[in-house]
Amino acid sequence: MNQRAKPEIKSVVNESGIEVKPLYTAQDMEQSGGAGMVGLPGEYPFTRGIHNLMYRKQPWTMRQYAGFGNPGDTNARFKYLIANGQTGLNVALDLPTQIGLDSDDPLAEGEIGRVGMSVDTLRDFEIAFDGIDLDKITVSLTINGSAAILIAMYLAMAEKRGYDIKQLRGTAQNDILKEFIGRGTWIFPVEPSIRLVGDTIEYCAEHAPKYSPVSVCGYHIRESGATPAQEMAYAFCIAKAYADEVIKRGLDVDEFAGRLSYNFNIFGNLFEQVCKFRAGRGLWAKIMKEEYNAKSPGSMWLRMIAAGGGGGLTFEQPELNIVRGAYYALISALSGTQTMALCSYDEAYTIPTEYSARISLRTMQILSDEMGLCETVDPLAGSFYVETMTNQMRDKMVEIMAEVDAEGGIVKLVSEGSIQSKVSAQAYRMQRNIESGAFPKVGVNRHRNDQEEDHPVEFHPYDEDDTRMQIANLNKTRAERDDATVASTLAQVGKDAAAGVNVMPAIVAAVKAYASVGEITKELVKVYGRYQEPIRF
Amino acid sequence: MNQALQSRRHIKVLLAKPGLDGHDQGAKIVVRAMMEAGFEVIYTGLRQTPEAVARIALEEDVDVISMSSMAGSHLPFCRKLVPLLEQAGLSDKLWMIGGNLPAQDHAALRALGFKGIFPTGSKLDAIVDYIRSELK
Repeated sequence: MNQRAKPEIKSVVNESGIEVKPLYTAQDMEQSGGAGMVGLPGEYPFTRGIHNLMYRKQPWTMRQYAGFGNPGDTNARFKYLIANGQTGLNVALDLPTQIGLDSDDPLAEGEIGRVGMSVDTLRDFEIAFDGIDLDKITVSLTINGSAAILIAMYLAMAEKRGYDIKQLRGTAQNDILKEFIGRGTWIFPVEPSIRLVGDTIEYCAEHAPKYSPVSVCGYHIRESGATPAQEMAYAFCIAKAYADEVIKRGLDVDEFAGRLSYNFNIFGNLFEQVCKFRAGRGLWAKIMKEEYNAKSPGSMWLRMIAAGGGGGLTFEQPELNIVRGAYYALISALSGTQTMALCSYDEAYTIPTEYSARISLRTMQILSDEMGLCETVDPLAGSFYVETMTNQMRDKMVEIMAEVDAEGGIVKLVSEGSIQSKVSAQAYRMQRNIESGAFPKVGVNRHRNDQEEDHPVEFHPYDEDDTRMQIANLNKTRAERDDATVASTLAQVGKDAAAGVNVMPAIVAAVKAYASVGEITKELVKVYGRYQEPIRF
Repeated sequence: MNQALQSRRHIKVLLAKPGLDGHDQGAKIVVRAMMEAGFEVIYTGLRQTPEAVARIALEEDVDVISMSSMAGSHLPFCRKLVPLLEQAGLSDKLWMIGGNLPAQDHAALRALGFKGIFPTGSKLDAIVDYIRSELK
């Protein structure tokens, strides 16, 4: 640094590319577009919240991501979390289940039950949710490539237990476009994958109208390197692609849009994050009302889970992640989310232990019970800074969405790999900035401990016996089911896929006959083919 | 470091994503760092089997065989891969692995023949410098 230069205030630009000033006044707010989009909570454009009383009426749902080993192990973890005050479930599935492989598939070896629960047939869901009241605890399935099959399984399981499917609530992630950008659990090529999402939305609109068949994920796009404004803008482009697919089939927007939901990420600058959510709520409402002519307010709501993201946590000094998680939870509450989840402090190393999962849950409970976050709706509203930044974030999102449209639309950009290349280039620059110290990260590029511990966390053990048990259970189910029904229902899945009609009724029938995830996926692959990943740098 | 003053041999690296894991953000960052360092990089994309990794390494005649693993299946995968690399006559290549690799597994990976182990938290320049120094 030049010692003789006069001290100057360094210019600050947030990750989304918006300049942050040292002071905001009424004039800044006016120049950024004024208070026209602020309004009141529960009223269009919903910038301040989708409900009028928000947490005063009902605190956010606490929904930690959990699942590992076989369904029996996971059932025990679910019950542990519920006993500790968790109010929703978010199911982690293992990679073979996520990409449509049965547990006895050679490609699944070494991966059974590793990053989530293993599911082959309906029998596994019966075990996993045994003793859990599906009216009281809503279940979110983190499943994408094989989502159509697992949604069918969930509905079949609930029906078998006597629940009225018309009243059943729950969510499936089922956002395949973001899997092509990040996360990577795709199976089929882009076009049939979107059709399959359309099938689930159409089917649920008719048969399970309170079930949310899609949770569009900005979350993983952000993890892959997107800025906060891109995270939300790309998610909206993707949601519009699904909406267009269903509207093309003749559904009215108000028949399904009220069940679309979102999953967003939280790490980074507190104010940028809070303004991202406030801006996004207003923008989504405007898109649904003005572009899609939605009439029902529910169709305009940005219903979401806001999750404290792994991208902000560090491998170094992992106990600091407990503190980061608490700040992410605070941001989440200030943002007015419906549901909250936190990555646990040990997630840079392993899947969370009971102990670390409980710390995350307690973090949210401290916030809701001790800190006054549930008492007043949208408490940051009216701040010159927050309102100005909210306007600017919304403008930025509009600009990014217009760029996507100008370049041919999100489906084209994802198919050719150009969004992937763009966010990956950004992730690279960010990594370089973290390594050089230009982007501050405590414990990583400043305030490091001289001696890092070798074993700073307790590792969740991987039980090889789970694999043997899971395969034995699959074989038992195969031996007990009616082979003729399995064969005919599987054949119907293939026929319907080939005919281009909605495959969900056929998948539901196959699932009820205890056909497996792998068997149903194979039928679909015969017709749809498999995705070939475009590699672009 | 003044790269222009160093005369360097051409270095060709295979970077594979083994198994079913879809977390490729880190792998793609490392690919970019290697490309920027002037290496020729063959990036496989997701879901490579041990057979595919060995086949591509042989066909592409690479100097470095590297993998990025984030979802915990590195040991079972490497145990299957190593005999295939040996059969293919690739034992003299530099074998590397990075990603979510708990410290307790490093000795086992080293015993399998993975000389370069770069767990989460490793710096990009450290990876690049390591390859250069090993292939000098």
